[in-house]
Amino acid sequence: MTIASLLSSPSELTDTASSKSAIVLMTRIRLARNLAGKSFPGWAREAQRTEILSVCREALLSTAPMKRSANAAVSELTDLEKQMLVERHLISRELSGSSAGSGVVINKDQTVSVMINEEDHLRIQVLRAGFQLKKAWSVINALDSELESRLDYAYSPRLGYLTACPTNLGTGLRASAMMHLPALVIAGQMEKVVRAVNQLGMVVRGLFGEGSDASGSIFQISNQTTLGESEEAIIKRLGSVLESIIEHELNARAKLLEADATKLFDKIGRAYGILQNSHQLTSTEAMNLLSLLRLGIDLLVFPEDTRATIDRLLIEAQPGHIQSTAKHDMESNQRDILRAARLRTEFATFAKPNFTINGHN
Amino acid sequence: MASPLKCDLCTNPATVHLTQIVNNKVHKVDLCESCAQAKGVTDPSGFSLADLLLKASLNPEIPSSAVRCEQCGFTQNDFKKHGRFGCPQCYETFSSLIEPMLDNMHKGTAHAGKVPEKALERKSLHDRIGELESNLEDAVKSERYEDAARFRDEITQLKQAFEPKSAR
Repeated sequence: MTIASLLSSPSELTDTASSKSAIVLMTRIRLARNLAGKSFPGWAREAQRTEILSVCREALLSTAPMKRSANAAVSELTDLEKQMLVERHLISRELSGSSAGSGVVINKDQTVSVMINEEDHLRIQVLRAGFQLKKAWSVINALDSELESRLDYAYSPRLGYLTACPTNLGTGLRASAMMHLPALVIAGQMEKVVRAVNQLGMVVRGLFGEGSDASGSIFQISNQTTLGESEEAIIKRLGSVLESIIEHELNARAKLLEADATKLFDKIGRAYGILQNSHQLTSTEAMNLLSLLRLGIDLLVFPEDTRATIDRLLIEAQPGHIQSTAKHDMESNQRDILRAARLRTEFATFAKPNFTINGHN
Repeated sequence: MASPLKCDLCTNPATVHLTQIVNNKVHKVDLCESCAQAKGVTDPSGFSLADLLLKASLNPEIPSSAVRCEQCGFTQNDFKKHGRFGCPQCYETFSSLIEPMLDNMHKGTAHAGKVPEKALERKSLHDRIGELESNLEDAVKSERYEDAARFRDEITQLKQAFEPKSAR
């Protein structure tokens, strides 16, 4: 299977059948692993990196979850493919910019992806739509054990799995959830939440990780520390932080409805109108509008079965995905026209809003 | 007024002053506005602890001798530059640099998670076979054939355990 055919087939995140959660869009777990006695990718020479790539790739392809997978060296991927993989959260921006000897292996339904020679020799990632930390952990734990029977991991009994950056030492585990928090954003409470979450040893980032903005009111929450706690303990701690953020978001929604439902419904109605009729949409604006519609679904303005469409569009409205539907390279303003056209078509047949269901009008 | 404090990272006047206590020692970091911004000091969500702790650990308290990792040639200066290590062995080589940092960086300083059982088992088996092979060589050289036969049998046995498929 090639990356190109992978990108055109249904995935966990864009598949219309698999949207499950209102507030947690998706959960991810990644493990950082390195080979014993080999320089880390950032320090290894090109010949070493190439050797590590082939050793890791061979081991990966012999594991059960990766039997049906696509794999490629980063140098074999086009810029557009790389961008689309980043937009699907299957590779990092760092990998897409990396030099010779880096690669990626992705399974068919795009729930498992392994980056080779990113910051560490192996960055194993399992992704699930919705709030599924435990499921993601059991899948990644099994894959890691299978790999470990084939590869000699760099490991110290005292410090755990040894990683290029000491901030990943120990378990090498980063668990994260993508959360849709529009009410906390509208109510201006996000800063407070970020501070509280930080105090609990968790980090809040934008949609695409470090340094990215939170367009569409989508945030990534993940553990900050990796050493001194078991994997299960980290996951459990993150899980309870997520639960409490969900509660705050729901409270914020209730308060918004109570205080000024008209204002909230006005925002949602206008977003619907723009998506149906606009002729130029930047990806940030599209994200923010789609985010409001998603909130509308949670508030029963739109039927529940439209959520999957919105979640798919949140990815398909990204620049790389829009570009991929065009025949030739486009400037960003041309993409904005194409994006608007694409969304007009989608929303021409979208369910009509029903603003009476909550008893408001 | 005397010349103002300069930023530790560039030559601009320092306006952000951070005091940290690492291992009961006070470390001060002075930064200018733009370096502080760049390092994420002013942004509570993107605080890069590693960088700052590293900065603190570069104060003269810890000898910054020119230790070089035997395995990969990495030096402490390289760590200062990259914020990442050169190879797994570096954690041994630079243990006096890294260990004080871990306490502030993580929840604990000792691993409490998964153990790669299979990998460790294989490694100890591998080491044992290597040891036996050198014993075997010595025995043959010194014409201790009875010992040599014993070592050979043990190696065969271990190799079978190592690769169960060939035991058919």
